Amino acid sequence: MLRPNDTKGKLIVVEGIDGSGKSTQIDLLFKWLLSKGYSVYFSEWNSSALVKSTTKTAKKGKSFTPATFSILHCTDFADRWENSIYPLLKAGVIVLADRYAFTAFARDVARGVDPQWVRDMYSFAIMPDAALYFRVPLDIAVDRITGARAQLKYYEAGMDLNLSESYPESFKLFQGKILNEYDKMVDEFGLTMIDGTLPVKDQQRKVRTLVRKILAGFDGLPNPDKAAISVNNPQARKKSKKGGK
Amino acid sequence: MTASGFYGAGFPYRDFGKLPGKLIVLEGTDGVGRSTQVNMVRHWLEEEGYAVADTGLTRSELTGPGLDAAKSGHTLAPYTMSLFYAADFADRLENKIIPALQAGFIVLSDRYFYSIIARDSIRGIDKNWSRSLYGIALRPHLVLYLKASIPSLVQRLIHGRGLNYWESGMDLHFADNFYDSFVIYQTQVLKELEELAREYNFITIDADRTPSEIFEDLKRPIRLLLHNRLTKSERPF
Repeated sequence: MLRPNDTKGKLIVVEGIDGSGKSTQIDLLFKWLLSKGYSVYFSEWNSSALVKSTTKTAKKGKSFTPATFSILHCTDFADRWENSIYPLLKAGVIVLADRYAFTAFARDVARGVDPQWVRDMYSFAIMPDAALYFRVPLDIAVDRITGARAQLKYYEAGMDLNLSESYPESFKLFQGKILNEYDKMVDEFGLTMIDGTLPVKDQQRKVRTLVRKILAGFDGLPNPDKAAISVNNPQARKKSKKGGK
Repeated sequence: MTASGFYGAGFPYRDFGKLPGKLIVLEGTDGVGRSTQVNMVRHWLEEEGYAVADTGLTRSELTGPGLDAAKSGHTLAPYTMSLFYAADFADRLENKIIPALQAGFIVLSDRYFYSIIARDSIRGIDKNWSRSLYGIALRPHLVLYLKASIPSLVQRLIHGRGLNYWESGMDLHFADNFYDSFVIYQTQVLKELEELAREYNFITIDADRTPSEIFEDLKRPIRLLLHNRLTKSERPF
């Protein structure tokens, strides 16, 4: 299970199925915290340069199994955890993560791995100070994604699970399973649920109210220039794109 | 062997059915002569008429190239490296080892996850975490542990492929040169393997001898396994 936060920093993560609007919300939060003068670092799921070539090969060759999919995503997470997230938290930075361990707990379990096994695998990481779960009904999320994106990708649509021959149909069934896992985690981990069907502005107001509470009395690492932090990893020269996939 | 043949949950989303083959693991530290022995055992078994497949760490097509690239950069942190190896392990287990066992092959594994968790433990990784992660692993029918002393390992490596960065544990900063670091690091690896030998019931073979002497010692338990005559204390479970 996730450890308690033993650092000076604050960890805030957003979770939810594809199309829940979480990336929009964390991007707004990031800019707001930066403007307030905090030291903030943003980390995105599946963005480690170290693991990228392997993931790319596997996706192209459709050679992932649920277990290797799960372990490689945790490898990606571990690289970001060990080389940036954890040291920065120790330094007193506010770290924002677009998807966290809960994504693995939802997605990998929907793919059929053992729930306890995947929870144990992420147990080197800490429980966030806030885990915001943007909940939207399945139909709305699916409409948002299929409307905005030209084509669904193989693993994104859960085609490896043989739920349906049709990409949109498989995607919907797969997201439904993930949504179900997320809902179960609300109590298990005390995720804060936010209604993802509300206007963006209203959601952001709720997010900021919550974050203000978490940051009451928090000093953290000063940021006189109000500049964003980027971690200089010699192997991670290619900067990951922020937001979306 | 059914799902009860895994150390933990295994791969719950797949039913592998019966696995009539045998999984034999050769464990031992770097430079102990494992690959020589794997080749000798393989030829011997094939002459006896058995179908043999072999595998070893980092040989997965999925993670092989990525892992090599990552290791060349020396910026791999402990959990990241451990998980990379676990991905390689899982890929080979599901896509190579288990299918070969289903087809009735004898699978010779040049190391298994035991070596990985031995190295990980020295790098500060929680032992329970490692054991839980390898709940996906199939229990082998036999684990043969080639145990050699540090001086003989040093001699073999220096006259062989040389000491390298990771095998010397240079990432741990025990010493400023490969030799001293190798000695300190491999001493710790041996200690970890010794503990694992007890926990997982390895058959220990004295590897401070000639390859043909070691080979003769390996043949005995393998023969017993293939004729279903291993005693309880010789089985890993």
